[in-house]
Amino acid sequence: MTTMEPAVDLREPAGWRRSKNRIATALMVLAFVIVLIPLGFVLYTVIARGASTISWSFLTGGPIPPNVVPAGIGGMWPAIYGTLVITGLAAVIAVPLGVLGAIYVNEYGGRGPLARVVRFMSDVMTGVPSIVMGLFIFSIWVLHFGYSGLAGAFALACLMLPVVIRSSEEMLKLVPDPLREASYALGATKSRVTLTVVLPAAIGGIVSGALLAIARAAGETAPLLFTILTVTATNANVFKGANTALSTQIFTNATQPYLGAQARAWGAALTLIAIAFILMIVARLVTARFTRYSR
Amino acid sequence: MSTAAQTDPAAPAGSAGPLAHRRPLGDHLFQILAAAAGVLVLVILALIAISTSQQASSWFSTEGWKIFTVDWNPATNNFGAMSYVYGTVITAAIAIILSVPVSVGLALLLTEVVPRRWARPIVYVVDLLAVVPSVVWGLWGILVFAPWLFHIYTSIASGVKGIPVLDALFGQPVSGASFFTCGIILAFMITPIVTSLSREIFATVPAIDKEGAYALGATRLEMIRGAVWPHSQGGVVGAVLLGLGRAMGETIAAALVIGSSPVITSHLFAAGYDMPAVIANQFGEASGEFRAALIGLGVMLFVITIVINLIARGVVERSARRKRGA
Repeated sequence: MTTMEPAVDLREPAGWRRSKNRIATALMVLAFVIVLIPLGFVLYTVIARGASTISWSFLTGGPIPPNVVPAGIGGMWPAIYGTLVITGLAAVIAVPLGVLGAIYVNEYGGRGPLARVVRFMSDVMTGVPSIVMGLFIFSIWVLHFGYSGLAGAFALACLMLPVVIRSSEEMLKLVPDPLREASYALGATKSRVTLTVVLPAAIGGIVSGALLAIARAAGETAPLLFTILTVTATNANVFKGANTALSTQIFTNATQPYLGAQARAWGAALTLIAIAFILMIVARLVTARFTRYSR
Repeated sequence: MSTAAQTDPAAPAGSAGPLAHRRPLGDHLFQILAAAAGVLVLVILALIAISTSQQASSWFSTEGWKIFTVDWNPATNNFGAMSYVYGTVITAAIAIILSVPVSVGLALLLTEVVPRRWARPIVYVVDLLAVVPSVVWGLWGILVFAPWLFHIYTSIASGVKGIPVLDALFGQPVSGASFFTCGIILAFMITPIVTSLSREIFATVPAIDKEGAYALGATRLEMIRGAVWPHSQGGVVGAVLLGLGRAMGETIAAALVIGSSPVITSHLFAAGYDMPAVIANQFGEASGEFRAALIGLGVMLFVITIVINLIARGVVERSARRKRGA
């Protein structure tokens, strides 16, 4: 941090030492530039190619046409609907469980062995590859009950759960203890203190962490490949029958030689990125508006 | 965490009996519910291990040690996994070699060089790399990036022709989809996580150490080498391992850009294959032992990433605890 540099430069470092220092600083700035290049390149390509495909009928029309059909016919609505509903269902499953888990780890478990194991294993679980989650749900659910949007939602929920637990726990940790103690002094029970005092105090950070987890999950492909299969028409029933999603549509279209299929992939990619970015921006707004305690 | 949280909360006001015995049922139920949600993580991890290995058991039992061969042929029911393991290791290694210098440089830039109000927007930008979905990286990688890289690969290959070691590594490419392309894309994808973990570790270096180095007349580079680096080596190793775990498990981008050709070769510009990619690409048409073999690859991947994560989290946690105690 710059504040720690001496306010008055008492000595001039010798030439070679100063040059080495400057080279090092330049290399660090270069690292940032190296990150900017691919990011700009990807976003530019997706926006440029996606924008020419996206139209009102692309976003709301259906069914998704076969690969050979040129761009401009049919629409992606079945996939947009699938992504929204499956991700939404996953959030409904994972967010309450994750927040409850975080409440256990932070409010009840404390430094006890079980809470520490849960905290550590949540960290480990965030590193489990998403495709393994897909295979897991395939093994325990799809083999018995068939492909459905619900199965996809289970797989996404498994990915989101540890992320929500860890981010919510960080937020609960920031709530100052005197707030809890004051509530106990008024005679409230522990569950009451947790639900009516601690949780509202941390809700801004918890919601924004959950939204970021949802944004990541919305873009996931691998867990959906073996759980929802793929269809071309809207399947309104998320609990029964094969479904489709933007990410799996992009995956199947990306390797097609047909220009129409590729154009649809770019359009779907722009839609997917837009959904993820909107969720991320909302998360930032929630953080800015509702955060009471921060690091 | 709090002292109040450890002791039993007081009973409702005005109660006559002993305070500790008057805990309502709802309060107990809520605690049990919360504990169940926490334990769910352990249950899911156990279920993943049990259910996937059950599905894969026929692969392990019929192939035996043959799973460690390179012979993968669904038509003859031979499922040796080694070429996929090789691809996974090679692409993850390329990703780590490319990503770590950039990530550590970025983390140092954020913690030691730029002022706080600039650090935040830079963090947002780096995190955008993580918001771009894997499948979009893959789409861009195969349709835009790989054709562009193909020209570069071709000129590098003709440039190093005849030079002993380089010739074996950077041979003539067949297309832009290759081990190396996959490694580059994976590097983009793991940079945000390695950066943010390294940043957290650098932030734990005590200000007094840094000020001491400056007081002795060190330049910023000398301060970093003398005060920041010795303090955070262990943690950075952990961060790199976590990045390695991510790179190994990354599926969809790899499936699109790796070239889908199961070979073991020293040529990094050759089309290859890795474990997650083959699962994603071939699972749809698989059944019987073929499917068992693909799920078995998933089990191997799960075990590898769990082991890497356990080691990495252990290293990070231990170094963080030591720093806090110091």
